[in-house]
Amino acid sequence: MTQPSALENSGLMMQAVKEAVFAGAVAFGLFILYVGIETYQDINNALVWRTRWGLLFSFVAIAAFGRFVVVGFIKPHLDKRKRAKAKAGIPEVTDHKGFFHRHFLKIALVLLLLYPPLSVMLAGTQGSLKYVDNFGIQILIYVMLAWGLNIVVGLAGLLDLGYVAFYAVGAYSYALLSEHFGLSFWVLLPMAGILAAFWGIILGFPVLRLRGDYLAIVTLAFGEIIRLVLINWTVVTKGTFGVSGIPKASFFGIWSFDVGAPNNFTKAFGLSMSSAYYKIFLFYLILALCMLTAYVTIKLRRMPIGRAWEALREDEIACRSLGINTVTTKLTAFAIGAMIGGFAGAFFATRQGFVSPESFVFLESAVILAIVVLGGMGSLTGIAIAAIVMVGGTELLREMEFLKHVFGPDFTPELYRMLLFGLAMIVVMVFKPRGFVGSREPTAYLKERKAVSGSFTKEGHG
Amino acid sequence: MEYFVQQLANGLTLGSIYGLIAIGYTMVYGIIGMINFAHGDIFMLGAFAALIVFLILTSFFAGIPVALALLVMLIIAMLMTSLWNWTIERVAYRPLRGSFRLAPLITAIGMSIVLSNFIQVTQGPRNKPIPALVTDVYHFGDITISLKQIIIIALTAVLLTIFWYVVNKTPLGRAQRATEQDRKMAALLGVDVDRTISITFIMGAALAAVAGTMYLMYYGVATFNDGFIPGVKAFTAAVLGGIGSLPGAVLGGLLIGLIESLWSAYFTIAYKDVATFALLAFVLIFKPTGILGRPEVEKV
Repeated sequence: MTQPSALENSGLMMQAVKEAVFAGAVAFGLFILYVGIETYQDINNALVWRTRWGLLFSFVAIAAFGRFVVVGFIKPHLDKRKRAKAKAGIPEVTDHKGFFHRHFLKIALVLLLLYPPLSVMLAGTQGSLKYVDNFGIQILIYVMLAWGLNIVVGLAGLLDLGYVAFYAVGAYSYALLSEHFGLSFWVLLPMAGILAAFWGIILGFPVLRLRGDYLAIVTLAFGEIIRLVLINWTVVTKGTFGVSGIPKASFFGIWSFDVGAPNNFTKAFGLSMSSAYYKIFLFYLILALCMLTAYVTIKLRRMPIGRAWEALREDEIACRSLGINTVTTKLTAFAIGAMIGGFAGAFFATRQGFVSPESFVFLESAVILAIVVLGGMGSLTGIAIAAIVMVGGTELLREMEFLKHVFGPDFTPELYRMLLFGLAMIVVMVFKPRGFVGSREPTAYLKERKAVSGSFTKEGHG
Repeated sequence: MEYFVQQLANGLTLGSIYGLIAIGYTMVYGIIGMINFAHGDIFMLGAFAALIVFLILTSFFAGIPVALALLVMLIIAMLMTSLWNWTIERVAYRPLRGSFRLAPLITAIGMSIVLSNFIQVTQGPRNKPIPALVTDVYHFGDITISLKQIIIIALTAVLLTIFWYVVNKTPLGRAQRATEQDRKMAALLGVDVDRTISITFIMGAALAAVAGTMYLMYYGVATFNDGFIPGVKAFTAAVLGGIGSLPGAVLGGLLIGLIESLWSAYFTIAYKDVATFALLAFVLIFKPTGILGRPEVEKV
């Protein structure tokens, strides 16, 4: 590589300065009203305003400086690397894998199985609650939901913006049926899945003829309808108050986790009273459910129905002319995706002990869809990684007490949780539009299996 | 009968606001085929810009005439949202233009989350009430129509006429329609595609700002999450009317406004949104591309 000449360099710097000034001017325009001016209510409850020039100035400075660094240093560097790569002719996807890469799944599974005992050992029984519950269970619920949605969006190519509806159906099925009929978790878990699948088919029928974005808005509307019914049908659902006192899951009916029960788990084993054991049990339960989802997805992909889904995603017309029944193909995708959402919902209800329509807003659907797309649609590993990064990352923000020392005691990192989540969505998409895992393993192949770049698969048009 | 006409007027007002937002959705969809999920939040930004400008105006010029204040609010809100939407398109959508279809949708949803949380963080989560700007009402027999409603409906009609003219009769509109039909061919024939798309975003944002200002004037309050519900309704309106079609967007908006107010008047207010969404599903079953949408012919 030859060093760029001084003249070229100064030209680059000039351009960087110009772009920085421009970015600063744009940032000034963007933020002058919203950041430069603060509105608040005074003692008389009247809305008044005051200026925040300092904050505005730092926003503008960050924008200008950021642009300067990007144009002046990062972009030339990236271009250089890209050129070098193109010259060397390294293909984007290689079959060469290291040891870690080859055994990634086994290592990940072992780590997951060891996670609760490790956190108990490192943080103590009570201290492990945070890690097992807030991180482990929370992330695994999203992994399961995203894998469920992956069947609909990633495999069958049907854009579903109302997936949270099935999650809600599952959660309320468990909450209401256990309250009124006193059935146990293990009876209601499959029932919640079946009911959700039933709703998946109900949604599927009217949208069979719709394509792409029309499908997206109807599924969004469906999600909203379910939520609004949950809010307004107060006789059954108790409206915004939600259903509380949902019974805990038992250890297959052998040991109970209720404090007063004679066959209480902690009493049976002579352990100290703590909810940590229940959480650890829940962790393994959701892990098992996730594994079941992954197993079903992997198996289905090799079966005729899974192949039909992927064919449907790639080209609906070709599918039809080859005699694939698109009606049953679409409906099974909706039903199976919904069923997994229903399982996750029932699990969510028993974990929280409380469900309310608050938990099933559109934002949840958006987050799940974002995880599916950010992970690289169709790739189970990628989706799991995306869930860990996005959900775990935002959960981590709750723990960042040290930031208070940097920004002062009024600083609440939680306020910025969703802001950062949204920014992360944009940044990841812009830089890795194919998601974290950009390669696919085809299920049908000639002689040897070769991973292909994700760019070869289409997301299809509903 | 009077009750019905009264509800009709309320419905038309609401429908005008939805229609103004829906045009932004439908134009962006028409030209680059993406659902601009952040458009509802652009509307919210417009309402906030109008609110902040109103506060500044009233503190500096106490006795400012309402009409002048409204005009200034409108213009600054339009400039503000135009700049925002232009920047958003540059930063979040343009890099993904050649990518697969879901990628810009995800950045748009991300942008929507960012915008509403940005306002929540910078302006606080509480409702922001302002004193009533326009209080005149007119009585026609038993029917009461407020000046606010007349302003909203009249302004919508005027803007739509201007808009219709721009899209159908000017070189800019021709460039837009050409880009919509075939981006590559339009570029080959000398249409500056990037510029045309940017202008489309700016036009949509300006209309959303008008809707936002009108919303603020009508309800007298703004909140950071105001963008979501009107945004979804306007998107529903755009789809109902046939996404990509300008008259369709307005028709869909008016239809949804009317259904909402009539349903709340004659049935229960609780299920008005359910009625709207159910109607959408119902219409799409029989006309899968909306009321005025062109049937998509897919060639192999």
